[in-house]
Amino acid sequence: MILATVGTQLPFDRLIGALDELAPKLGVKVVAQIGAQGREPVNIEWRRTMEPRQFEALFLEASVIVAHAGIGTVLAAKRHRKPIIIVPRRAAQGEHRNDHQMATARQLGGSPGIYVAHDIDELGGLLSRTDLERPSPEAGRSIGALHSALRNFIQTGVAVS
Amino acid sequence: MAKDMDERRLTRVLAVSSSGGHWEQLMLLRDSFQGCDVQYAATMEGLGERSGVGATRIVPDFNANKPMRVLTGLMAVAKVVRDAKPNVVISTGAAPGLIALLVGKMIGARTIWIDSVANSERLSLSGRMAGRIADLWVTQWEHLANRNGPVYYGAVL
Repeated sequence: MILATVGTQLPFDRLIGALDELAPKLGVKVVAQIGAQGREPVNIEWRRTMEPRQFEALFLEASVIVAHAGIGTVLAAKRHRKPIIIVPRRAAQGEHRNDHQMATARQLGGSPGIYVAHDIDELGGLLSRTDLERPSPEAGRSIGALHSALRNFIQTGVAVS
Repeated sequence: MAKDMDERRLTRVLAVSSSGGHWEQLMLLRDSFQGCDVQYAATMEGLGERSGVGATRIVPDFNANKPMRVLTGLMAVAKVVRDAKPNVVISTGAAPGLIALLVGKMIGARTIWIDSVANSERLSLSGRMAGRIADLWVTQWEHLANRNGPVYYGAVL
């Protein structure tokens, strides 16, 4: 099963529309979370929003995640070790307030298990691949330093410089 | 009796975040609160249960685009902070977390802002405002840290 998600804040019709067009040729079930204002697809199963535990269950069931370039979804994909294809929202197309998702996609593209469709036309090719890797559930090495600095400040009120 | 004494001495942490990426990041920072008495607050029902962090207070989501909601949101967040009587307030964003820091500061708590790792080119608006409030102001991007700005220690990615 392919799980698509655009987050809770904004619709992302460019992504859901492309997936809706691809779906009949994919030969695999697609479930999409399309947002409160999203345009309804016709070829795929959809929900506007989901309760966290319901979403978690679908995440576990999915073989691949297709999503906007939201950090929450990327971190969830890492946590569950599911390959994820991200499509960054573009401010110029009214898909977000700014282009921070383009920056996120640039930063994350190339990490194991994280694939970027910079252009929506790349989505079909990525979905037809059978060699998608699973991302690592581990955060990078720097999280340890962040933890210890926070722990220190919480306990002593002194900021590590 | 002895246990009550211990619990009274634990540092009380109030950890507040919006749903989605903000919450995922807060959960990845959980290790930092080990040994503290932690109260979580989120903007969506069911998140605390899903993440297994126990009873989580719910605060309304709001942002600068909806001024009326800010007012009701502000009062709800203020109540959560007053109830928790925290020694430390920490947030990964967004607007409700910023308000929690402000109210926390007013009641004498230490305040920590961790700007979202999603903001790799510029801090979020809440994140920039947090710089005026937070005792510890953190970015997760080394190139965004500077002497008069946020500090960088590492990132959750």
